[in-house]
Amino acid sequence: MEWLSTFPHLDDASLTALKKSIDEGFRSFTRAYGGGIEAFFQPLQFFLIQCERIMTRTPWPIVILVIAGLAWLASRSIKLALGCVVMLLLIGFFDMWDDTMKTISMIFVCTVIAIAIGLPLGIAMSRSDRLQNTVNPVLDVMQTMPSFVYLIPVVMLLGIGRVPGLIAVVIYAVPPMIRLTNLGIRLVDKDVLEAADAYGSSGWQRLFKVQLPLALPTIMAGINQTIMMALAMVVIAAMIGVQGLGQPVLKAISNQYFTLGMFNGLAIVGIAIIFDRVSQAYGRRLQRHMEVAHG
Amino acid sequence: MVNSSGNSTGIQIRNLFKIFGRSGLDYVDKVQHGMSKTELLEKHGHVLGLKDINIDMPAGSIQVIMGLSGSGKSTLIRHINRLIDPTSGQVLVEGTDVVKFNPLDLREFRRHKTAMVFQKFGLLPHRTVLENTVYGLEVQGLPRAKQVDAAMKWLDRVGLTGFENRYPNQLSGGMQQRVGLARALANDAPILLMDEAFSALDPLIRADMQSVLLDLQKEIRKTIVFITHDLDEALRLGDGIAILRDGEIVQQGNSQDIVLRPADEYIASFVKEVNRGRVVRVASAMAPLRDGDVGSTVSILGEATLEAAAYVFRQNDVDKLTVVDDANLPIGTISLREVMNAMLTTERAIH
Repeated sequence: MEWLSTFPHLDDASLTALKKSIDEGFRSFTRAYGGGIEAFFQPLQFFLIQCERIMTRTPWPIVILVIAGLAWLASRSIKLALGCVVMLLLIGFFDMWDDTMKTISMIFVCTVIAIAIGLPLGIAMSRSDRLQNTVNPVLDVMQTMPSFVYLIPVVMLLGIGRVPGLIAVVIYAVPPMIRLTNLGIRLVDKDVLEAADAYGSSGWQRLFKVQLPLALPTIMAGINQTIMMALAMVVIAAMIGVQGLGQPVLKAISNQYFTLGMFNGLAIVGIAIIFDRVSQAYGRRLQRHMEVAHG
Repeated sequence: MVNSSGNSTGIQIRNLFKIFGRSGLDYVDKVQHGMSKTELLEKHGHVLGLKDINIDMPAGSIQVIMGLSGSGKSTLIRHINRLIDPTSGQVLVEGTDVVKFNPLDLREFRRHKTAMVFQKFGLLPHRTVLENTVYGLEVQGLPRAKQVDAAMKWLDRVGLTGFENRYPNQLSGGMQQRVGLARALANDAPILLMDEAFSALDPLIRADMQSVLLDLQKEIRKTIVFITHDLDEALRLGDGIAILRDGEIVQQGNSQDIVLRPADEYIASFVKEVNRGRVVRVASAMAPLRDGDVGSTVSILGEATLEAAAYVFRQNDVDKLTVVDDANLPIGTISLREVMNAMLTTERAIH
């Protein structure tokens, strides 16, 4: 009755052999194609570094003005813009300006890439049930697989640095973008689509004049979620060499510097709040036409 | 196909069948040879949408298709611009079979030949009234200035000047449907499809919109296909009326035919409640002219309604009217008694 008390499993030798052969296979794949893959991601590296340069080399008052200006443009709320200014001044006052700028530029690049991938994929998914049924489980895996696990192959392929960090963050942050784009388009009122068809809209006209504008509030919610998830990955990305607020947090963990960890953690929270409030306010502004003035 | 005059586009529907289900075409023959809707559904799992529909819609007239919910009327109108594809049959517009159009032809056809008004309005909620009105023209690729000109003209005609920059959600149902109507008219297509266009409106606004449509039709003379479940609306608007039940046409004719000669019990039960005074024409209730008849000093057109005749009696102290035709030649006489008899149904008269 031994099989009852210990689960009958693959014997150790063959299990080791299995793991070894997969690892070996992947390692030789890395050796063979690592260089090519790295070259493929080179433009990303360039983009990242340029963004970081702009953020860190621009004089801080200008950066604050631009961010506050963007916040105002998106939300039309003086209060929110002032909140951004105060938050950034506090961050700078506690000497976290450079790290914050690096993190913001990282989040910006990640969000742009997530939109670039998520929007077309979401649109494609909304048009095909089959694609939706294939992609959804993949998204489930991407969201639930512990991020350390997919960091391993990424690091094996690309080493330590900004680009592997970026890839890890994007893998983690892109699912809500894809899901909510798909959902937003699928939720567009059938009657409105029928009207668009009845007037002879082409496929593109239907997409750009009807489906996307009507799905935009949902898509904005997706972008908001993507930004929040990207921020949540900042510390983990720091483990593979991404610069920014994650680095001091890591240092604080290994050396038990409570205050250092706290400050940088609060700075992450601060920029998260800025991003969240601004993108939500913008999403709400997009829905102004939904306000019902007539019963 | 651009720039259609709007005077010469009739629609002929020939042997149109729609059977919903995987292999609808296989059952067309069986349905034609008498398989019932229930049998088709229970034994073969297919739903009979439309059965052998044949309608001639003359150019420039209002064709009403009336039926209760589930009768297939909304399915039928969607075959004209092929929002639904038929199982078999023809839809002829200007002699061309719409059913045979490829997607590109169909798109052009929808852009230039038809415009549609929907029960739930089908307005784009993210666009202003003006932006909604130009939609059809924008899709056609017309220059912006022309789009706006046409839109403003029709918005003005339906009484929405000053509301161009509102969003649909800021308007009442009646006003939203005016936007839907303006959008359709701005398209300047010869065919106007109206799918229960006024059914979602409350009665006063509905009557108001009916008047707007009738007034407009005097000048635009489009071929209008109007779907409704309301017999009064059908009788008021329709030059021709087709009554649909369970996907089949049970009667076609003008309003007087329907009211005076209902094809079966089903239709008879509908028309019982109708105000005949507004439907029946003097010519069908009059006594034909006989030799030696002394006419009356007061005359009335044969095409006038009985109600109009009643008003004439109230205003003039006579007991007979001379009925005249379009050329003002006498064709008969009508007495107050005859007017009254024709206005009341036989059943009611017993009480």
